[in-house]
Amino acid sequence: MTISDAAGHVGLSLKKNPSSPRTLFSSAMSVVATLCAVLAVIPLVAVLYYIIVRGLQYLNLDLFRQLPPPPLGEIGGFGNAFVGTLLTVGIASLISIPFGILTAIFLAEFAKDTDAPEENWIDFAVNILAGVPSIVMGTFAWATVVLLTGTFSAVAGGIALSVLMLPTIVRTATEALEAVPGSYRQASVGLGASKIDTVMKIVLPAAVPAITTGVMLAVARAVGETAPILFTALFSQFWNRTVWEPTATLSALVYNFAQVPYPNQQNLAWAAAFVLVVLVLFLNILARFITRKRG
Amino acid sequence: MTMNPDMPPSAAPMQSWRRSDTDRFLDKAFLWLTGAFGYGVIAVLLGIAVQVAKAAWPAIQQFGLGFLTSQRWDPVQNVYGVLAQLYGTLVTALIALLIAVPIGIGIALFLSEDFLPDAVKRPLVFMIELLAAVPSVVYGVWGVYVLIPFLNPIARWLNQSFGWIPLFSSAPAGPGIHAAGIILAIMILPIISAISRDALVAVPGKIRQASYGLGATRWETIFKVIIPAAFSGIVGGIMLALGRAMGETMAVTLVIGNSNRISSASIFDQGSTIASLLANQFAEAGGLQLSSLMYGALSLFFLTLIVNVLAEYIIRRFSIKY
Amino acid sequence: MASNVQSPTQTDTVFRTENLDIYYGDFKAVRDVNIDIQKNQITAFIGPSGCGKSTVLRCFNRLNDLIKSFHINGTIYYHGQDLYAPDIDPVEVRRQIGMVFQQPNPFPKTIYDNIAYGPRLLGFKGDMDELVETSLRKAAIWEDVKDKLKALGTDLSGGQQQRLCIARAIAVKPEVILMDEPCSALDPISTLKIEDLMQELKQDYTIVIVTHNMQQASRASDRTAFFNVETNEKGKRTGYIVEYEPTEVLFQSPREKATQEYVSGRFG
Repeated sequence: MTISDAAGHVGLSLKKNPSSPRTLFSSAMSVVATLCAVLAVIPLVAVLYYIIVRGLQYLNLDLFRQLPPPPLGEIGGFGNAFVGTLLTVGIASLISIPFGILTAIFLAEFAKDTDAPEENWIDFAVNILAGVPSIVMGTFAWATVVLLTGTFSAVAGGIALSVLMLPTIVRTATEALEAVPGSYRQASVGLGASKIDTVMKIVLPAAVPAITTGVMLAVARAVGETAPILFTALFSQFWNRTVWEPTATLSALVYNFAQVPYPNQQNLAWAAAFVLVVLVLFLNILARFITRKRG
Repeated sequence: MTMNPDMPPSAAPMQSWRRSDTDRFLDKAFLWLTGAFGYGVIAVLLGIAVQVAKAAWPAIQQFGLGFLTSQRWDPVQNVYGVLAQLYGTLVTALIALLIAVPIGIGIALFLSEDFLPDAVKRPLVFMIELLAAVPSVVYGVWGVYVLIPFLNPIARWLNQSFGWIPLFSSAPAGPGIHAAGIILAIMILPIISAISRDALVAVPGKIRQASYGLGATRWETIFKVIIPAAFSGIVGGIMLALGRAMGETMAVTLVIGNSNRISSASIFDQGSTIASLLANQFAEAGGLQLSSLMYGALSLFFLTLIVNVLAEYIIRRFSIKY
Repeated sequence: MASNVQSPTQTDTVFRTENLDIYYGDFKAVRDVNIDIQKNQITAFIGPSGCGKSTVLRCFNRLNDLIKSFHINGTIYYHGQDLYAPDIDPVEVRRQIGMVFQQPNPFPKTIYDNIAYGPRLLGFKGDMDELVETSLRKAAIWEDVKDKLKALGTDLSGGQQQRLCIARAIAVKPEVILMDEPCSALDPISTLKIEDLMQELKQDYTIVIVTHNMQQASRASDRTAFFNVETNEKGKRTGYIVEYEPTEVLFQSPREKATQEYVSGRFG
């Protein structure tokens, strides 16, 4: 008896049946999933395309040197807002980076060792803080700084943004520290190094690339945020003399000027939006590039 | 703690086996320092609640819980209630979820199961992550100048053809609740797809193989094994996205129309959210109005707090061990 | 349907491979496999690690299709049908040729739902409770779990999980059960239980088992194929079958020196 004879007898139904409900369902779902992915990319492309088309045509170096214009007339510039963004985000970074990294060291290096419940509570607080709406952080900074100092200021804006950046930095830095192999720590401690030496000279340097990534993502988010700035840094038509006065930022400029009927201010808003997007995307891409290169 | 006793004899002469007091003090101080900042995070969170509640206190005393059930926002009479904003916050977030959840999970499946070669998958994942990076205010401006003009004819058609459905019963005036919902959907899409994708990828390959080995098709495996296994992660991600949608400010403020009352059940009505109310009025407000805005901020804080605690709980409680 | 498979008129040769070469991309993982696998017997694949015995096993139910770069030359016949013909549905193949994996892999569902999963996919209309019980009994785990069918399959011990996976495979009434080192993650007592179980199961099923445990092959199997691996000039390792014989022949009077050394070395 040959094998093919036997197949005839048995009549096993191994054949494909493209019209069976199971196969049809599978094919249909694959199409649906593909469509979802395409659908998601459309808004990104649409936003970027529109910002580039509208923003790029007004872009020139003078924008970075001049002040925002009065309604009607020349386009002016966003020099003070650009400086203001650097100023507020700089202040926010000065506060949140050390704060975040020290918290991460506590979580990754100390709280884990002692198996203490406080680690859970801090972890929990970080997650909850990450979910607090950014505008609520603005009201907090207003009540804490603006009310106390009696003036809207870059410092108030910076403090609002620092609260925003904190959870991102704590999370990424904790992950980065935990990813450092335990053998490094044992090697260092085995040589008689103290905890502080081990952390500062061995563990932290090994985690720096991943921490940098987290910090850049946090900075990118702060650069683009508007809600916490609205009533902390407020806005200003002028150059800053100190950090204790109302301060313009790029994001607030986009918000303010996009809503006005004057073409020159609208155009400036587009150019500012373009700069903002370029800055944010650049930071994001750079952040990922650092981590990938390391891996 | 003592020094390592195996030091070679050629090493510098040791004063003592005990570490110096300064050395031990430094270690202790380091622990205290980092601990102080660690607890500092909890302090910041409590600080937000306390400071906002303090500033809201006059309004809390004046209006009590009735603040949440009154839709009268009247700076002239100095009477305030945020029902309309609460409604706007919840409805826009709901619309956003209805759109973003199926699409977001679809993307997550598309990017986690091996539909695509890595060379295509990685840039796609990256692009969707970038979607999350675009600043809120930029989405808002894009919404005003591109999305709303694009939606207008569609909304008008829906209103004319299906006006008898309460959801479409008012004539669209450009900005409105529907536009805010759609903008929010775009903004939370990356959150849902990223967290769902993490949850799906975490389902071990051996479980997939078991299902294929029993003669399941790819989608039977996805629906009956992989999604149930990743369920808590996906739901947690949706809750986080909901929290984000409720607190999102700038994009919504620009496209929702900022009307302070509920006119009808129609999604084409103009409306406002708690966040948009704050963005619009805070800088110019004073006295009881300011305090009422703070009360609104406090309500929003607790609303998102509840949603986020629930998300945490779901993720921790219902995650499956393999 | 499954009932046809069990009909007495069918051939006794379940699988026949002809000049089977297996590739991952350009890399030839296994070459020149020519074996027949007989019905209602236990066939064991043994050999050093990396010799491709699991790879060959996974070709029999087209599980390798899930790896993108995988392809074969040559032919695998299943009752005379070319398993890799373009009109063959791999999903249908896997239904009739079940698999038990190296790591126990119950779904994170209840014990009951683990068993019912396959039959439900196939639209099983009969008495599910009965099918679940029969399958669990056949896999010799009914007594362990009958009072906790609603417990999670993942909460069982390793040996119980593996028997649950066997019960799950049986529930869809396959003709063949492929076992890929089913005992490598288990303790000795669980291992013996699974081996006893295999003897029971071979009344109804054809079993192909990959194992690196020599005693297991000699105890449990009817025929044994010994795989070895050769390294080419580029350092690539390709597996091939040295010898395929009834088990006692292979272990007691192997033809090839390599088999002799491998078999005795392990027993040494």
